[in-house]
Amino acid sequence: MTGFWTVCKRELKGYFATPVAYVFLIIFLFFAGYLPFKERFFEARQADLRLFFQWLPILFVFMIPSTTMRLWSEERKSGSIELLFSLPITTSQAVLGKFVAAWFFIGIALLLTFPMPITVFYLGHPDLGPILTGYLGGFLMAGGYLAIGCFFSALTKNQVISFILAVVACAVIFSIGLPTTLDYLSGFLPKAILGAIENLSFQTHFESMQKGIVAFKDISYFILMIVGWVWACCIILEERKAA
Amino acid sequence: MINVTNLRRCFGPIVAVDDISFEVGKGEVLGFLGPNGAGKSTAMKMLACFLTPDGGTATVCGHDILRNPIKVRQSLGYLAENAPAYGEMTVGSFLNFICDARKIQGKARGETIEHITGLCAIESVYHQTIDTLSKGYRRRVGLAQTLIHDPKVLILDEPTDGLDPNQKHEVRKLINKMAKDKCIVISTHILEEVDAICTRSIIISKGKILADDTPEALKEKYQCGLDEVFRMITKGESA
Repeated sequence: MTGFWTVCKRELKGYFATPVAYVFLIIFLFFAGYLPFKERFFEARQADLRLFFQWLPILFVFMIPSTTMRLWSEERKSGSIELLFSLPITTSQAVLGKFVAAWFFIGIALLLTFPMPITVFYLGHPDLGPILTGYLGGFLMAGGYLAIGCFFSALTKNQVISFILAVVACAVIFSIGLPTTLDYLSGFLPKAILGAIENLSFQTHFESMQKGIVAFKDISYFILMIVGWVWACCIILEERKAA
Repeated sequence: MINVTNLRRCFGPIVAVDDISFEVGKGEVLGFLGPNGAGKSTAMKMLACFLTPDGGTATVCGHDILRNPIKVRQSLGYLAENAPAYGEMTVGSFLNFICDARKIQGKARGETIEHITGLCAIESVYHQTIDTLSKGYRRRVGLAQTLIHDPKVLILDEPTDGLDPNQKHEVRKLINKMAKDKCIVISTHILEEVDAICTRSIIISKGKILADDTPEALKEKYQCGLDEVFRMITKGESA
Protein backbone atom coordinates (compact mmCIF):
# COMPACT_ATOMS: atom_id res chain seq x y z
CA MET A 1 0.00 0.00 0.00
CA THR A 2 2.86 2.38 0.83
CA GLY A 3 4.25 1.87 -2.65
CA PHE A 4 0.94 2.74 -4.23
CA TRP A 5 0.50 5.98 -2.28
CA THR A 6 4.11 7.00 -2.77
CA VAL A 7 3.87 6.70 -6.55
CA CYS A 8 0.43 8.27 -6.67
CA LYS A 9 1.47 11.27 -4.61
CA ARG A 10 4.67 11.89 -6.54
CA GLU A 11 2.86 11.59 -9.84
CA LEU A 12 0.12 13.99 -8.89
CA LYS A 13 2.64 16.53 -7.63
CA GLY A 14 4.53 16.03 -10.88
CA TYR A 15 1.53 17.20 -12.91
CA PHE A 16 1.48 20.51 -11.10
CA ALA A 17 5.26 20.91 -10.86
CA THR A 18 5.44 21.08 -14.65
CA PRO A 19 3.26 23.12 -17.05
CA VAL A 20 1.55 19.86 -18.15
CA ALA A 21 -1.38 20.27 -15.79
CA TYR A 22 -2.04 23.92 -16.58
CA VAL A 23 -1.77 23.56 -20.33
CA PHE A 24 -4.04 20.55 -20.24
CA LEU A 25 -6.63 22.16 -17.99
CA ILE A 26 -6.82 25.37 -19.99
CA ILE A 27 -7.18 23.62 -23.35
CA PHE A 28 -9.61 21.05 -22.01
CA LEU A 29 -11.83 23.59 -20.29
CA PHE A 30 -11.80 25.86 -23.30
CA PHE A 31 -13.04 23.15 -25.63
CA ALA A 32 -15.41 21.68 -23.07
CA GLY A 33 -17.10 25.08 -23.04
CA TYR A 34 -16.66 26.09 -26.65
CA LEU A 35 -17.92 22.94 -28.39
CA PRO A 36 -21.40 22.91 -26.76
CA PHE A 37 -21.61 26.67 -27.29
CA LYS A 38 -20.89 26.26 -30.99
CA GLU A 39 -23.63 23.61 -31.13
CA ARG A 40 -26.17 26.18 -29.94
CA PHE A 41 -26.07 25.45 -26.26
CA PHE A 42 -28.08 28.59 -25.50
CA GLU A 43 -30.29 28.77 -28.58
CA ALA A 44 -31.57 25.25 -27.91
CA ARG A 45 -33.37 26.70 -24.87
CA GLN A 46 -33.09 23.41 -23.02
CA ALA A 47 -31.92 23.28 -19.43
CA ASP A 48 -29.73 20.20 -19.68
CA LEU A 49 -26.12 19.27 -20.35
CA ARG A 50 -26.79 16.94 -23.27
CA LEU A 51 -24.64 18.97 -25.64
CA PHE A 52 -21.80 19.14 -23.15
CA PHE A 53 -21.78 15.39 -22.55
CA GLN A 54 -22.15 14.66 -26.23
CA TRP A 55 -18.78 16.25 -26.96
CA LEU A 56 -16.97 14.76 -23.97
CA PRO A 57 -16.04 11.39 -25.57
CA ILE A 58 -14.55 13.08 -28.64
CA LEU A 59 -12.62 15.54 -26.54
CA PHE A 60 -11.29 12.66 -24.46
CA VAL A 61 -10.05 10.82 -27.55
CA PHE A 62 -7.41 13.50 -28.01
CA MET A 63 -6.94 14.93 -24.56
CA ILE A 64 -6.53 11.78 -22.52
CA PRO A 65 -3.74 10.18 -24.56
CA SER A 66 -1.89 13.48 -24.20
CA THR A 67 -1.81 13.04 -20.44
CA THR A 68 -1.04 9.34 -20.49
CA MET A 69 1.59 9.28 -23.24
CA ARG A 70 4.36 10.21 -20.85
CA LEU A 71 3.34 7.95 -17.95
CA TRP A 72 5.74 5.11 -18.73
CA SER A 73 7.47 6.21 -21.93
CA GLU A 74 9.20 9.08 -20.17
CA GLU A 75 10.11 6.92 -17.23
CA ARG A 76 11.73 4.35 -19.50
CA LYS A 77 13.44 6.88 -21.72
CA SER A 78 15.04 8.83 -18.88
CA GLY A 79 15.99 5.67 -17.02
CA SER A 80 14.17 6.76 -13.88
CA ILE A 81 12.24 3.50 -14.09
CA GLU A 82 15.39 1.85 -12.82
CA LEU A 83 15.30 4.07 -9.78
CA LEU A 84 11.61 3.44 -9.24
CA PHE A 85 12.00 -0.32 -9.31
CA SER A 86 15.03 -0.35 -7.08
CA LEU A 87 12.74 0.99 -4.36
CA PRO A 88 10.57 -1.53 -2.53
CA ILE A 89 7.62 -0.99 -4.87
CA THR A 90 5.99 -3.72 -6.95
CA THR A 91 5.09 -3.28 -10.61
CA SER A 92 1.37 -3.43 -9.95
CA GLN A 93 1.61 -0.84 -7.16
CA ALA A 94 3.47 1.51 -9.47
CA VAL A 95 1.09 0.99 -12.39
CA LEU A 96 -1.96 1.49 -10.21
CA GLY A 97 -0.40 4.47 -8.49
CA LYS A 98 0.21 6.23 -11.78
CA PHE A 99 -3.17 5.27 -13.17
CA VAL A 100 -5.07 6.51 -10.13
CA ALA A 101 -3.08 9.77 -10.08
CA ALA A 102 -3.98 10.38 -13.72
CA TRP A 103 -7.61 9.50 -13.05
CA PHE A 104 -7.72 11.85 -10.12
CA PHE A 105 -6.25 14.58 -12.28
CA ILE A 106 -8.94 14.06 -14.94
CA GLY A 107 -11.47 14.10 -12.10
CA ILE A 108 -10.22 17.58 -11.20
CA ALA A 109 -10.57 18.64 -14.84
CA LEU A 110 -14.15 17.37 -14.90
CA LEU A 111 -14.99 19.14 -11.64
CA LEU A 112 -13.67 22.37 -13.10
CA THR A 113 -16.38 22.26 -15.75
CA PHE A 114 -18.75 23.30 -12.94
CA PRO A 115 -19.75 26.55 -14.67
CA MET A 116 -21.71 24.44 -17.17
CA PRO A 117 -24.17 22.95 -14.64
CA ILE A 118 -24.28 26.29 -12.80
CA THR A 119 -25.29 27.98 -16.03
CA VAL A 120 -28.18 25.60 -16.71
CA PHE A 121 -29.31 25.80 -13.09
CA TYR A 122 -29.26 29.57 -13.27
CA LEU A 123 -31.20 29.70 -16.53
CA GLY A 124 -33.76 26.98 -15.90
CA HIS A 125 -34.80 23.99 -13.87
CA PRO A 126 -32.79 21.05 -15.16
CA ASP A 127 -33.19 17.51 -13.92
CA LEU A 128 -30.31 16.86 -11.51
CA GLY A 129 -30.29 13.08 -12.06
CA PRO A 130 -28.98 12.94 -15.63
CA ILE A 131 -26.38 15.59 -14.83
CA LEU A 132 -24.98 13.56 -11.95
CA THR A 133 -25.04 10.26 -13.83
CA GLY A 134 -23.55 12.03 -16.83
CA TYR A 135 -20.62 13.19 -14.72
CA LEU A 136 -20.26 9.75 -13.18
CA GLY A 137 -20.33 8.21 -16.65
CA GLY A 138 -17.82 10.77 -17.89
CA PHE A 139 -15.49 9.98 -15.03
CA LEU A 140 -15.75 6.21 -15.59
CA MET A 141 -15.27 6.67 -19.31
CA ALA A 142 -12.17 8.79 -18.62
CA GLY A 143 -10.88 5.85 -16.58
CA GLY A 144 -11.34 3.58 -19.58
CA TYR A 145 -9.52 5.96 -21.91
CA LEU A 146 -6.75 6.41 -19.34
CA ALA A 147 -6.27 2.67 -18.97
CA ILE A 148 -5.86 2.35 -22.73
CA GLY A 149 -3.40 5.25 -22.80
CA CYS A 150 -1.48 3.77 -19.88
CA PHE A 151 -1.11 0.48 -21.76
CA PHE A 152 0.24 2.10 -24.92
CA SER A 153 2.61 4.22 -22.89
CA ALA A 154 4.16 1.09 -21.41
CA LEU A 155 4.50 -0.36 -24.89
CA THR A 156 7.08 2.07 -26.24
CA LYS A 157 9.80 4.45 -25.12
CA ASN A 158 8.72 6.98 -27.69
CA GLN A 159 6.05 9.39 -26.49
CA VAL A 160 4.88 10.31 -29.98
CA ILE A 161 4.27 6.69 -30.91
CA SER A 162 2.48 6.02 -27.65
CA PHE A 163 0.27 9.09 -28.22
CA ILE A 164 -0.69 8.11 -31.75
CA LEU A 165 -1.40 4.49 -30.90
CA ALA A 166 -3.51 5.51 -27.92
CA VAL A 167 -5.50 8.05 -29.96
CA VAL A 168 -6.21 5.46 -32.64
CA ALA A 169 -7.23 2.81 -30.10
CA CYS A 170 -9.45 5.27 -28.23
CA ALA A 171 -11.01 6.52 -31.46
CA VAL A 172 -11.80 2.98 -32.58
CA ILE A 173 -13.37 2.02 -29.28
CA PHE A 174 -15.36 5.23 -29.24
CA SER A 175 -16.53 5.22 -32.83
CA ILE A 176 -17.61 1.60 -33.27
CA GLY A 177 -20.67 2.48 -31.20
CA LEU A 178 -21.72 5.44 -33.37
CA PRO A 179 -24.94 4.97 -35.38
CA THR A 180 -23.14 5.70 -38.66
CA THR A 181 -20.56 2.97 -38.07
CA LEU A 182 -23.20 0.51 -36.98
CA ASP A 183 -25.34 1.30 -40.03
CA TYR A 184 -22.42 0.60 -42.26
CA LEU A 185 -21.48 -2.62 -40.49
CA SER A 186 -25.06 -3.87 -40.48
CA GLY A 187 -24.81 -4.20 -44.26
CA PHE A 188 -22.65 -7.28 -44.05
CA LEU A 189 -22.37 -8.40 -40.41
CA PRO A 190 -24.87 -10.72 -38.71
CA LYS A 191 -26.97 -9.19 -35.99
CA ALA A 192 -25.37 -11.05 -33.07
CA ILE A 193 -21.90 -9.81 -33.92
CA LEU A 194 -23.23 -6.32 -34.48
CA GLY A 195 -24.71 -6.32 -30.98
CA ALA A 196 -21.42 -7.48 -29.53
CA ILE A 197 -19.53 -4.74 -31.35
CA GLU A 198 -21.99 -2.12 -30.23
CA ASN A 199 -21.61 -3.21 -26.63
CA LEU A 200 -17.83 -2.97 -26.83
CA SER A 201 -17.97 0.76 -27.40
CA PHE A 202 -17.60 3.52 -24.82
CA GLN A 203 -20.25 5.48 -26.62
CA THR A 204 -23.08 2.97 -26.09
CA HIS A 205 -22.52 2.76 -22.34
CA PHE A 206 -21.85 6.43 -21.82
CA GLU A 207 -24.98 7.38 -23.73
CA SER A 208 -27.26 5.39 -21.50
CA MET A 209 -25.60 6.90 -18.43
CA GLN A 210 -26.07 10.47 -19.58
CA LYS A 211 -29.77 9.78 -19.93
CA GLY A 212 -29.85 9.19 -16.19
CA ILE A 213 -29.75 5.42 -16.20
CA VAL A 214 -27.24 3.76 -13.92
CA ALA A 215 -27.25 0.18 -15.07
CA PHE A 216 -25.08 -2.58 -13.70
CA LYS A 217 -23.96 -3.55 -17.19
CA ASP A 218 -22.65 -0.06 -17.96
CA ILE A 219 -20.75 0.32 -14.71
CA SER A 220 -19.32 -3.18 -14.95
CA TYR A 221 -18.34 -2.54 -18.56
CA PHE A 222 -16.21 0.45 -17.59
CA ILE A 223 -14.71 -1.35 -14.62
CA LEU A 224 -13.84 -4.40 -16.71
CA MET A 225 -12.34 -2.16 -19.34
CA ILE A 226 -10.15 -0.41 -16.77
CA VAL A 227 -9.07 -3.59 -15.01
CA GLY A 228 -8.29 -5.34 -18.29
CA TRP A 229 -6.11 -2.60 -19.77
CA VAL A 230 -4.34 -1.80 -16.51
CA TRP A 231 -3.58 -5.46 -16.01
CA ALA A 232 -2.23 -5.71 -19.56
CA CYS A 233 -0.09 -2.66 -18.78
CA CYS A 234 1.40 -4.45 -15.75
CA ILE A 235 2.26 -7.49 -17.87
CA ILE A 236 3.82 -5.44 -20.66
CA LEU A 237 5.83 -3.39 -18.22
CA GLU A 238 7.12 -6.45 -16.41
CA GLU A 239 8.26 -7.76 -19.81
CA ARG A 240 9.76 -4.57 -21.16
CA LYS A 241 10.90 -2.37 -18.32
CA ALA A 242 14.56 -3.12 -18.94
CA ALA A 243 14.52 -3.16 -22.73
CA MET B 1 25.87 -11.21 2.39
CA ILE B 2 25.61 -11.49 -1.36
CA ASN B 3 25.58 -14.98 -2.74
CA VAL B 4 25.42 -15.41 -6.50
CA THR B 5 24.99 -18.83 -8.05
CA ASN B 6 25.13 -19.54 -11.78
CA LEU B 7 23.54 -16.24 -12.72
CA ARG B 8 22.81 -15.97 -16.44
CA ARG B 9 21.05 -13.48 -18.64
CA CYS B 10 20.71 -13.15 -22.41
CA PHE B 11 19.43 -10.32 -24.58
CA GLY B 12 18.28 -12.07 -27.73
CA PRO B 13 21.30 -13.90 -29.11
CA ILE B 14 23.76 -12.00 -26.91
CA VAL B 15 24.75 -13.63 -23.66
CA ALA B 16 25.31 -10.67 -21.35
CA VAL B 17 26.03 -12.58 -18.17
CA ASP B 18 27.17 -16.15 -18.53
CA ASP B 19 26.86 -18.40 -15.53
CA ILE B 20 28.66 -16.32 -12.92
CA SER B 21 28.97 -17.28 -9.28
CA PHE B 22 30.59 -15.42 -6.43
CA GLU B 23 30.13 -14.42 -2.82
CA VAL B 24 30.66 -11.15 -1.05
CA GLY B 25 30.80 -10.89 2.73
CA LYS B 26 30.49 -8.11 5.26
CA GLY B 27 33.36 -5.65 5.26
CA GLU B 28 34.32 -6.43 1.71
CA VAL B 29 34.44 -3.91 -1.11
CA LEU B 30 34.22 -5.80 -4.35
CA GLY B 31 35.33 -4.05 -7.50
CA PHE B 32 33.64 -5.24 -10.64
CA LEU B 33 36.02 -4.64 -13.51
CA GLY B 34 35.61 -5.22 -17.17
CA PRO B 35 35.61 -3.61 -20.59
CA ASN B 36 32.46 -1.93 -21.90
CA GLY B 37 29.69 -4.41 -22.56
CA ALA B 38 31.25 -7.03 -20.31
CA GLY B 39 28.02 -7.55 -18.39
CA LYS B 40 28.84 -5.58 -15.25
CA SER B 41 25.71 -3.46 -15.30
CA THR B 42 23.50 -6.39 -16.26
CA ALA B 43 24.77 -8.42 -13.33
CA MET B 44 24.19 -5.50 -10.98
CA LYS B 45 20.70 -4.90 -12.32
CA MET B 46 19.85 -8.50 -11.59
CA LEU B 47 21.15 -8.18 -8.04
CA ALA B 48 19.00 -5.07 -7.61
CA CYS B 49 15.98 -7.06 -8.86
CA PHE B 50 15.46 -4.79 -11.83
CA LEU B 51 16.16 -7.53 -14.34
CA THR B 52 15.11 -11.11 -13.85
CA PRO B 53 17.81 -13.66 -14.63
CA ASP B 54 17.29 -16.31 -17.29
CA GLY B 55 19.00 -18.85 -15.12
CA GLY B 56 20.55 -19.19 -11.69
CA THR B 57 19.76 -17.01 -8.73
CA ALA B 58 21.28 -14.91 -5.99
CA THR B 59 20.55 -14.03 -2.41
CA VAL B 60 21.07 -10.66 -0.77
CA CYS B 61 21.04 -10.63 3.05
CA GLY B 62 19.47 -14.07 2.89
CA HIS B 63 16.60 -13.00 0.61
CA ASP B 64 16.27 -14.64 -2.76
CA ILE B 65 16.12 -12.18 -5.68
CA LEU B 66 13.52 -14.28 -7.48
CA ARG B 67 11.26 -15.19 -4.60
CA ASN B 68 11.53 -12.12 -2.45
CA PRO B 69 12.49 -9.11 -4.57
CA ILE B 70 10.80 -6.57 -2.31
CA LYS B 71 12.76 -7.74 0.74
CA VAL B 72 15.95 -7.57 -1.30
CA ARG B 73 15.21 -4.03 -2.41
CA GLN B 74 14.52 -3.02 1.16
CA SER B 75 17.89 -4.23 2.32
CA LEU B 76 20.08 -2.85 -0.43
CA GLY B 77 20.95 0.51 -1.86
CA TYR B 78 21.40 0.61 -5.61
CA LEU B 79 22.88 3.43 -7.61
CA ALA B 80 22.18 2.84 -11.27
CA GLU B 81 24.47 3.97 -14.05
CA ASN B 82 24.02 7.72 -14.75
CA ALA B 83 22.18 8.11 -11.43
CA PRO B 84 18.63 8.41 -12.79
CA ALA B 85 16.26 10.73 -10.95
CA TYR B 86 13.10 12.71 -11.57
CA GLY B 87 14.36 15.88 -13.17
CA GLU B 88 11.38 18.09 -12.43
CA MET B 89 11.60 17.51 -8.67
CA THR B 90 13.69 19.55 -6.29
CA VAL B 91 16.37 17.70 -4.36
CA GLY B 92 14.32 18.09 -1.20
CA SER B 93 11.10 16.71 -2.61
CA PHE B 94 13.01 13.92 -4.31
CA LEU B 95 14.58 12.82 -1.02
CA ASN B 96 11.18 13.05 0.63
CA PHE B 97 9.78 10.82 -2.09
CA ILE B 98 12.49 8.24 -1.41
CA CYS B 99 11.70 8.45 2.31
CA ASP B 100 8.03 7.83 1.47
CA ALA B 101 8.92 4.74 -0.48
CA ARG B 102 11.31 3.49 2.17
CA LYS B 103 8.90 4.21 5.02
CA ILE B 104 11.14 6.67 6.83
CA GLN B 105 8.64 8.87 8.62
CA GLY B 106 8.12 11.47 11.29
CA LYS B 107 11.07 12.70 13.28
CA ALA B 108 13.41 10.10 11.83
CA ARG B 109 12.84 11.56 8.38
CA GLY B 110 14.05 15.04 9.27
CA GLU B 111 17.15 13.65 10.93
CA THR B 112 17.87 11.25 8.09
CA ILE B 113 17.59 13.91 5.43
CA GLU B 114 19.74 16.31 7.40
CA HIS B 115 22.37 13.63 7.94
CA ILE B 116 22.39 12.48 4.33
CA THR B 117 22.52 15.93 2.75
CA GLY B 118 25.50 16.69 4.99
CA LEU B 119 27.19 13.41 4.15
CA CYS B 120 26.82 13.90 0.41
CA ALA B 121 27.40 17.67 0.53
CA ILE B 122 24.19 18.64 -1.22
CA GLU B 123 22.76 21.15 1.30
CA SER B 124 23.49 24.03 -1.06
CA VAL B 125 21.28 22.62 -3.83
CA TYR B 126 18.49 21.36 -1.60
CA HIS B 127 15.86 23.64 -3.14
CA GLN B 128 17.04 23.37 -6.74
CA THR B 129 15.33 21.14 -9.29
CA ILE B 130 17.42 18.14 -10.28
CA ASP B 131 17.35 19.11 -13.97
CA THR B 132 19.36 22.23 -13.21
CA LEU B 133 22.15 20.42 -11.36
CA SER B 134 25.59 19.66 -12.75
CA LYS B 135 26.56 16.06 -13.34
CA GLY B 136 28.54 15.85 -10.13
CA TYR B 137 25.69 17.12 -7.99
CA ARG B 138 23.22 14.82 -9.73
CA ARG B 139 25.39 11.88 -8.90
CA ARG B 140 25.69 12.96 -5.31
CA VAL B 141 21.92 13.23 -5.09
CA GLY B 142 21.80 9.70 -6.48
CA LEU B 143 24.27 8.60 -3.85
CA ALA B 144 22.18 10.25 -1.14
CA GLN B 145 19.16 8.35 -2.42
CA THR B 146 21.13 5.11 -2.27
CA LEU B 147 22.36 5.64 1.28
CA ILE B 148 19.26 7.15 2.83
CA HIS B 149 18.01 4.01 4.55
CA ASP B 150 21.49 2.99 5.69
CA PRO B 151 21.45 -0.29 3.76
CA LYS B 152 23.69 -3.20 4.67
CA VAL B 153 24.45 -3.94 1.05
CA LEU B 154 25.43 -1.32 -1.50
CA ILE B 155 25.54 -1.80 -5.23
CA LEU B 156 27.06 1.15 -7.03
CA ASP B 157 27.32 1.23 -10.80
CA GLU B 158 30.20 3.56 -11.69
CA PRO B 159 29.70 5.85 -8.70
CA THR B 160 32.54 8.22 -9.53
CA ASP B 161 31.88 8.60 -13.25
CA GLY B 162 31.64 12.27 -14.19
CA LEU B 163 32.94 13.62 -10.90
CA ASP B 164 35.87 15.99 -10.65
CA PRO B 165 39.03 14.76 -8.88
CA ASN B 166 38.05 16.32 -5.56
CA GLN B 167 34.60 14.80 -5.65
CA LYS B 168 36.06 11.45 -6.64
CA HIS B 169 38.30 11.63 -3.63
CA GLU B 170 35.33 12.48 -1.41
CA VAL B 171 33.26 9.58 -2.69
CA ARG B 172 36.13 7.17 -2.21
CA LYS B 173 36.64 8.45 1.31
CA LEU B 174 32.95 7.94 1.95
CA ILE B 175 33.06 4.38 0.65
CA ASN B 176 36.14 3.58 2.71
CA LYS B 177 34.43 4.97 5.80
CA MET B 178 31.36 2.81 5.31
CA ALA B 179 33.25 -0.26 4.19
CA LYS B 180 33.80 -2.04 7.45
CA ASP B 181 30.20 -2.72 8.39
CA LYS B 182 28.69 -2.97 4.94
CA CYS B 183 29.04 -5.12 1.92
CA ILE B 184 29.75 -3.05 -1.16
CA VAL B 185 29.91 -3.94 -4.83
CA ILE B 186 31.10 -1.23 -7.19
CA SER B 187 31.68 -1.35 -10.89
CA THR B 188 34.27 0.84 -12.50
CA HIS B 189 36.80 0.98 -15.23
CA ILE B 190 39.07 3.34 -13.39
CA LEU B 191 41.79 1.05 -12.13
CA GLU B 192 43.35 3.41 -9.60
CA GLU B 193 39.99 3.33 -7.89
CA VAL B 194 40.30 -0.39 -7.38
CA ASP B 195 43.65 0.14 -5.73
CA ALA B 196 42.24 2.88 -3.55
CA ILE B 197 39.10 1.25 -2.23
CA CYS B 198 38.55 -2.36 -3.20
CA THR B 199 39.49 -5.26 -1.00
CA ARG B 200 38.82 -7.66 -3.81
CA SER B 201 38.31 -7.44 -7.55
CA ILE B 202 36.53 -9.53 -10.10
CA ILE B 203 37.48 -9.11 -13.73
CA ILE B 204 34.65 -9.94 -16.05
CA SER B 205 34.58 -10.03 -19.83
CA LYS B 206 31.87 -11.23 -22.21
CA GLY B 207 29.78 -12.27 -19.26
CA LYS B 208 32.35 -14.60 -17.73
CA ILE B 209 34.47 -14.17 -14.63
CA LEU B 210 38.12 -14.31 -15.63
CA ALA B 211 39.80 -13.43 -12.37
CA ASP B 212 38.69 -13.14 -8.76
CA ASP B 213 41.32 -12.04 -6.27
CA THR B 214 42.61 -9.15 -4.22
CA PRO B 215 44.24 -6.40 -6.29
CA GLU B 216 47.57 -7.15 -4.59
CA ALA B 217 47.40 -10.85 -5.39
CA LEU B 218 46.62 -10.08 -9.03
CA LYS B 219 49.58 -7.75 -9.31
CA GLU B 220 51.74 -10.36 -7.61
CA LYS B 221 50.60 -13.12 -9.90
CA TYR B 222 51.21 -11.27 -13.13
CA GLN B 223 54.17 -9.26 -11.87
CA CYS B 224 52.90 -5.96 -13.22
CA GLY B 225 50.56 -3.04 -12.59
CA LEU B 226 46.80 -3.46 -12.40
CA ASP B 227 46.09 -1.92 -15.79
CA GLU B 228 48.45 -4.35 -17.46
CA VAL B 229 46.83 -7.23 -15.60
CA PHE B 230 43.48 -5.98 -16.85
CA ARG B 231 44.71 -5.76 -20.41
CA MET B 232 46.33 -9.17 -20.33
CA ILE B 233 43.28 -10.89 -18.94
CA THR B 234 40.61 -9.23 -21.07
CA LYS B 235 42.62 -9.16 -24.31
CA GLY B 236 43.76 -12.75 -23.86
CA GLU B 237 40.13 -13.73 -23.88
CA SER B 238 39.28 -12.00 -27.14
CA ALA B 239 42.43 -13.16 -28.98
